[in-house]
Amino acid sequence: MLSPGAGRGASYILEARGVRKVYGDHEVLKGVDLLVSPGEMVFLIGPSGSGKSTLLRCCNRLEEPSGGSILIGGVDLLSPRTDINTMRREIGMVFQAFNLYPHLTALGNVALALRKAVGKPRAEAERIALENLSRVGLADKARAYPAELSGGQQQRVAIARALALEPKIILMDEPTSALDPELVGSVLEVVRDLRQSGMTLVIASHEMRFAREAADRVLFLDQGQVVEEGDPESLFNDPKEERTRRFLRDVRR
Amino acid sequence: MSALQRFVATFLDPDVATRYAPQIFYGLLVTFAIGLAVVVTGLGVGLLLAVLRAFGFRVVNAVLIQIVDMLRALPPLVIILIIYFGLPNVGIVIPSALVLWMSLSAVLAAFAEEVYWAGITSIPAGQWMAARSTGLTFVQTLRFVVLPQALRLAIPPLTNRTIAITKNTALGSAIGVNEILGQSISAEAFSGNATPLTMAAILYVLLFIPLVVASRSLELRYGRGAR
Repeated sequence: MLSPGAGRGASYILEARGVRKVYGDHEVLKGVDLLVSPGEMVFLIGPSGSGKSTLLRCCNRLEEPSGGSILIGGVDLLSPRTDINTMRREIGMVFQAFNLYPHLTALGNVALALRKAVGKPRAEAERIALENLSRVGLADKARAYPAELSGGQQQRVAIARALALEPKIILMDEPTSALDPELVGSVLEVVRDLRQSGMTLVIASHEMRFAREAADRVLFLDQGQVVEEGDPESLFNDPKEERTRRFLRDVRR
Repeated sequence: MSALQRFVATFLDPDVATRYAPQIFYGLLVTFAIGLAVVVTGLGVGLLLAVLRAFGFRVVNAVLIQIVDMLRALPPLVIILIIYFGLPNVGIVIPSALVLWMSLSAVLAAFAEEVYWAGITSIPAGQWMAARSTGLTFVQTLRFVVLPQALRLAIPPLTNRTIAITKNTALGSAIGVNEILGQSISAEAFSGNATPLTMAAILYVLLFIPLVVASRSLELRYGRGAR
């Protein structure tokens, strides 16, 4: 049994155990474990409605888990003593629909939390924001509004927004699903760079090819449970479970 | 006397106009002052109410919605008359200009609250999630992410409503406020000539046309980048 924080080092950056989420009488997550080590890139795959998004949202308490425990860098995320707003700065989140603020420029989008949540002065916040826009290859778009950017550029701004807070981990919820096929590559390129720079990433995605070549570990979720997990090689080439085989067959078709 | 001459003599008599100009100009100042006070109070209180509603306290919101609905349903004149002629019976006497300001501010606040609220609720949940995920608090998210977008959406319906309600300062004539219309009616009574009413009409147009124009340029300005 788990004894939270009892003399254990932060061997995992994200340590979610037995996470449950119930809506009414529908159990979306039925006790999921998700353990992520520093620098790891973990992919969550599975059919829509399998609980991938809900699991990610539980990991920064955008959704309140109905049960289980979640530690971020050894800190109990669900404890009432934990300042959730401070903790969320350590947990970057990237959304399927980008969710950029349409009334702010790319720079403003990235700088907002630096100024208001972290409390940095405007000039410093904008300097950091610009650095992070450069990191995703969009320094020249700093003054552009989201409506003036392509989907791929918007998603990269969203990644810069998460990155600017220097999170311990970034959660991505289907980051390329809303993109036109020709724009997917630029976003995956950024993800690959993040991985190489040592960022810890958990990505819910349908990009099987990318998962296969870039992921350290893949979890297959179905009906709110982890059905199977392993390194991409064995999970994609030699799935143990019938449900995994069926899902992989379906997405390949 | 031709029909045209009769018309001019009735509505555009220069002597009458000159005689009552100071009195009606004073009315203009009163209308302007009360109108401005109504706009500031109504839009301000309306915004506070919408923000209060966003916090989602169930009991507070139930009461708030009841009051807002009542204020939107009642004709402003009824509110003005009840306060002005009713409250003295329970020992509360309020000067007429103050009654006019309070009543119209309350009505504008009620309508404005609904408009702001519609703006707030139309901001997609993803905006809240994105902002909260970066560590912004509920209040910061409301202040820096949701309200700026909601206010843009609110501007066109809000300016229309503001103009419609601020024009109701003319209702002050029913309780003896010395605003444009009140002054003009008394001038008309004394002179037996409609010219003061013409002057009132012209002043109302001069007063409200800038507002109408301003609202249009606001709409154009805030259309950009909001899409």
